[in-house]
Amino acid sequence: MPRAVLMVEQAGPLTTLQDAGRFGHLRHGVTWSGPVDRLGQDAAHAALGNPPGSTAVELSHGGIALSCIEGAVGFALAGGDFHARLGSVMLGSWTTGVVRAGERLVVRDGKLGNWASLAFAGRIQCPAWLGSTATLALASLGGGRVKAGDRLVIDADAGAPDSRPIPRPPAVTGPIRLVSGPQAGDFAPESLTALLAMPFAAAAFDRMGMVLDGPPLPPLSVTMLSAPLLRGAVQVNGAGTATILLADHQTTAGYPRIATIISADVSRAAQHRPGEEMRFAAVDVAQAIAVTRTTAAVTADYIARVGAGQGSLEDRLMQANLIDGVTDAHG
Amino acid sequence: MPPIARPVGDTGLLLEFGTAIDPTLFDRILALDAALVADPPHGMREAVPAYVSLLIVYDPLLTDFATLEQEVCRRAKTSGSALLSGAAHLIPMCCDADLAPDLAEAAERLHMAPEALIEAHLAVEYRVYMFGFAPGYAYMDGVPASLHLPRKPVPVRTRPVGSIMIAGGQCLITTLPMPTGWWVIGATRTPVLQLSSPQPFLFQPGDRVRFCRQSRAEFEGS
Repeated sequence: MPRAVLMVEQAGPLTTLQDAGRFGHLRHGVTWSGPVDRLGQDAAHAALGNPPGSTAVELSHGGIALSCIEGAVGFALAGGDFHARLGSVMLGSWTTGVVRAGERLVVRDGKLGNWASLAFAGRIQCPAWLGSTATLALASLGGGRVKAGDRLVIDADAGAPDSRPIPRPPAVTGPIRLVSGPQAGDFAPESLTALLAMPFAAAAFDRMGMVLDGPPLPPLSVTMLSAPLLRGAVQVNGAGTATILLADHQTTAGYPRIATIISADVSRAAQHRPGEEMRFAAVDVAQAIAVTRTTAAVTADYIARVGAGQGSLEDRLMQANLIDGVTDAHG
Repeated sequence: MPPIARPVGDTGLLLEFGTAIDPTLFDRILALDAALVADPPHGMREAVPAYVSLLIVYDPLLTDFATLEQEVCRRAKTSGSALLSGAAHLIPMCCDADLAPDLAEAAERLHMAPEALIEAHLAVEYRVYMFGFAPGYAYMDGVPASLHLPRKPVPVRTRPVGSIMIAGGQCLITTLPMPTGWWVIGATRTPVLQLSSPQPFLFQPGDRVRFCRQSRAEFEGS
């Protein structure tokens, strides 16, 4: 298999290698990790024909700059609105391409989103732990952080498609849906009311979680014994500040969780830029599971469409407009 | 009292058995955990025992909360209390001043001699109740009441792997270098997390742990 080597010239501080995640070890304190935006990673791999759950570079603000120093490899960028530049050619966001020896691939923040996946056609060589390359940065486990000076060595598939757009996932709008609890009983009813009635905004974030700006939701007590939690938990500290727990969350914690965001909406919540407003809506667990099942079917169709290598007619027209629109706009 | 089942989003079911640490109650949690792991209900992905609760993670495409609640509550009635007493471990520890940077201050706050603190720590059996914070971080309950100290208000400088520390009724052995507000009273070279092993975790929930004193020479040679 041909080898491609990419030199990392620059990388944002939250750049890591991630496969789908490390499952089955929560009981020993090992969180799942994996991409914060799962759909972006799935789309990037599908666009390249990689097996689902392969390792990709997850990046956040600050992007990444790579120079190819050996071989050639196809790549795919998906998630948020991060855009790629290959040499002097702007490829835009949600795109594939091929980077060849002597060329530079640069990914920069666009207008939206905090997270994107940059996948390569083939396999990135990196360490695994417990069968997974997902990086748990806190513990330096898995594939690892990606930082300036590193080399990414890729067992590259031949014949990757040249630059073409990746269809965007079906748009989901509206409030972020959550299920009350499991520790809603540790809060006054007014706190739950405020969570659902008032706007919140993303503040600081990392792979562990996203702190929210908004009305304080003070717990009635913070004396609970530590209990397990899952990604999407809306945890509130003693001062009433809420945090959405994300990919590298602790497996157990002693602050109460007023609610838990449904799995279909966690990535969408995590893509809110600092300062960007979000609202929450409560669903019961049966409604949440119904949403998850519908979303899974829609996502499977979408991923199949990405894998088939052709967007919908709408996607192709949109791409054509992006390319030709400059001269045609007022024509 | 039957446990109370609460949804954790659309992928988790948290069974709450009580609100205070209680070895008998924990035996019931362990028994149900063992029963579920041995014969997982359809759609169960993993189970996470903790002090007074058990999280069951499920795939919402394969099962749903109501079905799982019914199944798990039925199993809770028959799983009883753990007959499995948990494996016993003996962890050697060295308490030289550089390895036990908080020993003197902790002893002073407790109005006892450092040696008396160590003796009290060595005299008890701890039990692993829960993992959290980071891989392999086993929270052990059983610090004698005479040694209960609150956490320091602000975490202090990074402590090395293998630090043995206490706060309140809890004791743990660090698996990562990290700043901590707990009181470090000694160190061990026994790896509670062995990254290169396919079975990296020395402890399981429910295990029993005692500590024994080790000289510096033994520590360095271990």
